[in-house]
Amino acid sequence: MKDRRGIVIGLVAVIAAAGVAPLLSAYPLTLLTQAAIVAVLAMSLDVLLGYTGLPSLGHAAYFGVAAYAVGILATDYQRGFLVCLVAGLVLATLTAAVFGLLAIRATGTYFLMITLALGMVVWGLAFRWVSMTKGDNGIAGVPRPELGLPWSMGAPLPFFYVVLVAALVAWALLGLLVRSPFGLTLQGIRESDSRMRALGYNVWLHKYLAFVLSGAFAGFAGVFWAYYNGFVSPVDVQLVTSVETLLMVALGGPGTLAGPALGAALIVFLKNFVSVYTKRWLLILGAVYIGVILFAPRGVPGAFRRNR
Amino acid sequence: MGAPTWPPSPQRSGRPGEPGAPLELALRLEKVSKWFGGLRAVDDVELTVRPGERRALIGPNGAGKTTLFNLIAGALPVSAGRITLFGDDVTRLAQHRRAALGLTRTFQITNLFPSLSVLENALLAAQALTPAKFSMLRPRGGFGELDTRAREALRAVGLEDRAQSAVRHLSHGEQRQLEIALALAGRPRVLLLDEPAAGLSSAEAHLMTSLLRGLDPAITLLIIEHDMDIALEVAQHVTVLHYGKVIADGPREAVKADPTVREIYLGA
Repeated sequence: MKDRRGIVIGLVAVIAAAGVAPLLSAYPLTLLTQAAIVAVLAMSLDVLLGYTGLPSLGHAAYFGVAAYAVGILATDYQRGFLVCLVAGLVLATLTAAVFGLLAIRATGTYFLMITLALGMVVWGLAFRWVSMTKGDNGIAGVPRPELGLPWSMGAPLPFFYVVLVAALVAWALLGLLVRSPFGLTLQGIRESDSRMRALGYNVWLHKYLAFVLSGAFAGFAGVFWAYYNGFVSPVDVQLVTSVETLLMVALGGPGTLAGPALGAALIVFLKNFVSVYTKRWLLILGAVYIGVILFAPRGVPGAFRRNR
Repeated sequence: MGAPTWPPSPQRSGRPGEPGAPLELALRLEKVSKWFGGLRAVDDVELTVRPGERRALIGPNGAGKTTLFNLIAGALPVSAGRITLFGDDVTRLAQHRRAALGLTRTFQITNLFPSLSVLENALLAAQALTPAKFSMLRPRGGFGELDTRAREALRAVGLEDRAQSAVRHLSHGEQRQLEIALALAGRPRVLLLDEPAAGLSSAEAHLMTSLLRGLDPAITLLIIEHDMDIALEVAQHVTVLHYGKVIADGPREAVKADPTVREIYLGA
């Protein structure tokens, strides 16, 4: 019944966010929008880390590839939302499909290191392929999309609601995924891949599918990220982004979807709150990470839950 | 034949019901070897198992029994030799493909999905060989046929009351029963049981023995068992492995009486 509780808590959080949003000033609303987008990224990683047991440290790659696709298409080519969305999704999925071929053979720390290295490749491209990505300067002036709705997406509130709906769609799809027979398969792989093989599962194939799907959802988040920031730069694909995502999942409790989403919101608010007082955000992040691993390896909610 | 076999002719006459029927073997190993560096863990093993047969594989510690299981199941590649399953050459086939042909195994050291429920464990086994395992957008509750099959397997081993418990809350004996249920839910034709009674109390072992004796007679059983009493109660035929070689092979009474076997294994 852990599942149902996650859904209830998640829905309460979404309804609360939707309810208070009109009352908020611009800055908190911005953070809320950011949290909703990053929550999708965290949930996409949770499919890998929490359900399949694959600790990817390169998730910013798919997120960033999609963000760059949107950035380039929306500025240089002035393409509309639909084209950008599809292009972002396709590129992120393709990137994951290629990276998955290289990474899935490995497990544990090796998998972590390979995904980290692959993530660095994307970062390197973003940084050095100046003709395409404008390098360290980043791509500025990504316009908010026109969705054919009566409200302008340039205003923070309508944009927040669109992002919230997108996040809900992603949550619903991922929720169906993890409750499907395929989702059970992934959990079986997490628990014992040798037994899964003996039962007749092509473990590699299922891991690979999970990897690609996870990349696609990370890309979905990346599309909205580009629109939200109006700016895409190598920061979006750097290692710190991947690490933060991993922390969100660890903090919220891997294998629960709603948990990592709330973990994402927590990190977003913590980060912005702390950086008012200090520039050493990474130090705090590291401390939180160590604390979670030491004291709450099943996430903060898991630490309060008794042995199920 | 690399190893001396017992009885002298490995061909056994058919059962009363099937006189002279052409024997399609469930499992056949020809000169199967596995070496790890200089160690020949499995050495030129010949083994034939007829459909529906109950065969025990015994031998002292380190005789290569589990390694042989890993070779048959496909968890390890053979170094040499040939393995056929119902006439199909499976020597180079991946483990999951052999499972798809009806070959399943259990593990000596309990190998389950500890944080999932008992029913979820059985469901994983039930859906393993169906296309449903790729279904991504339909909740698991929508697959009644799989649910029925999973519950049937649990009932077969007497675990239907524990369906909702997490596996790690089961007793060791119950976990051993679930090991069998997982193997059964896939409806195997050939079942490899690796010490099903490992670590069980004598009462639990007795329960396991009657469970194994009650299995569908169509299923071919190859069973590794340390406990001779259990092995001989379940199986009519026995193959003895010693230092990777088959040293005896035949009906249980004959193997029991075999002087070499008595010397090295039974310690008599």
